[in-house]
Amino acid sequence: MSKKLFVEIVSPEQELWAGEGDMVIAKTVDGEIGVQPGHTPVLALLAPGAVVRVQGARETGEVRAAVHGGFMVVTLGDRVSILAEIAELAEDVDVERAKAALRDAESQGSLVEDESAQARAARARSRLQAAEAAEASA
Amino acid sequence: MGAQLRVYRRRIRSTKSMAKITRAMELIATTRITKAQRVMQAAEPYAREITRAVSALAQRVSDHPLLMEAENPTRAAVLVISSDKGLAGPFTANAIKESERLNTLLHNQGKEVVQYVVGRKGIAFNEFRKRPMERTWEGITERPSYLDAKEIADALMERFTQDTETEGGVDEIHIVTTKFVSMLTQHAASHRVLPLEVEEVEPKVLEAEQGAQPLYDFEPSAEEALDQLLPQYVANRIYFSLLESAASQQASRRNAMKAATDNAEELVQTLTRQANQARQAEITNEISEIVGGADALAGASAGSE
Repeated sequence: MSKKLFVEIVSPEQELWAGEGDMVIAKTVDGEIGVQPGHTPVLALLAPGAVVRVQGARETGEVRAAVHGGFMVVTLGDRVSILAEIAELAEDVDVERAKAALRDAESQGSLVEDESAQARAARARSRLQAAEAAEASA
Repeated sequence: MGAQLRVYRRRIRSTKSMAKITRAMELIATTRITKAQRVMQAAEPYAREITRAVSALAQRVSDHPLLMEAENPTRAAVLVISSDKGLAGPFTANAIKESERLNTLLHNQGKEVVQYVVGRKGIAFNEFRKRPMERTWEGITERPSYLDAKEIADALMERFTQDTETEGGVDEIHIVTTKFVSMLTQHAASHRVLPLEVEEVEPKVLEAEQGAQPLYDFEPSAEEALDQLLPQYVANRIYFSLLESAASQQASRRNAMKAATDNAEELVQTLTRQANQARQAEITNEISEIVGGADALAGASAGSE
């Protein structure tokens, strides 16, 4: 396949990553979605605590990012923008901190039906997922 | 040393040390402008994309409660972004003046104004005049983070979604900020964030400006997407306004400090001239005293012989 997607992962404070890729896989509120070149324009909300994968990107082969509270825009001309209020590339995830945050949030979340704790847990889980997948491929 | 000369010397010394301080502040502000501008540039892609997404959604959904103008709006929230520190020239004064203008305008339209103020200077202004402020934030104007913006946005959105009649919610949200035009020009401006101002633009003009607007598929639905995106959009507008205001503040401070340093240097020059004159006068005076004294002595000894 010669055509490539142009992908950018953007958080409000900075552009995390931008480059070319063959396929973007993400989890939306409706389920998993895979985007390849030539996809129809889509605006999709991403599920909380989702991991976005860009396959065939740069030398490492895959870029992963933990994304929270974001959405994905696919426009004509094979541009994919992933916008999230909180986004972190797999390489930047502090595994220890994420684990601690997860333990913390889970212990709180089990006691009360605390929505913020649940959200924190989901966030930590997605960060860990992204990081683990990166370690496995490394 | 004469009293006059001593006074001049003292004033020169203090002016010089003042100039040193203002020079240092000027340099600090200069480095901070570049930093603030970099942050602004980094924030641009997100702002651009979310604006595009929201405008695409707004075209599709026309009767969303967050987009509809209330039939007769009675209350409006105004977010005023001022500064935490002074010595920034007319920065705070301009921002406050603009907010006053907006307040009067809204008042004349029969709307009650609910004020939200960012920055110590703006808070002090309102406190001194005993004007009510709904909520205030301090210490974030120089380096605003997205979390700060989110907090402000949450407070505003909560008010906006409340019912105007029964719960005291607001119908409109306005922001007063200072636009960063260039290093030398910044001007205070206000704009309405919600309800979105729908501009009727010719499709061709729109296409030229933003490129073709594709017909998106929405997941899950356009309404739900808008539900989630609008608060993010508002938070982003506020974040961007904070960043712009921060950059303007530093630029304004730099200009003010540059003017202060220049003035101090000019003052030192004038004072040095005056001090020299005073010294000369003193020397002349001393010489004439010595000459006069010598003359008197010579006259006295000549008389005794």
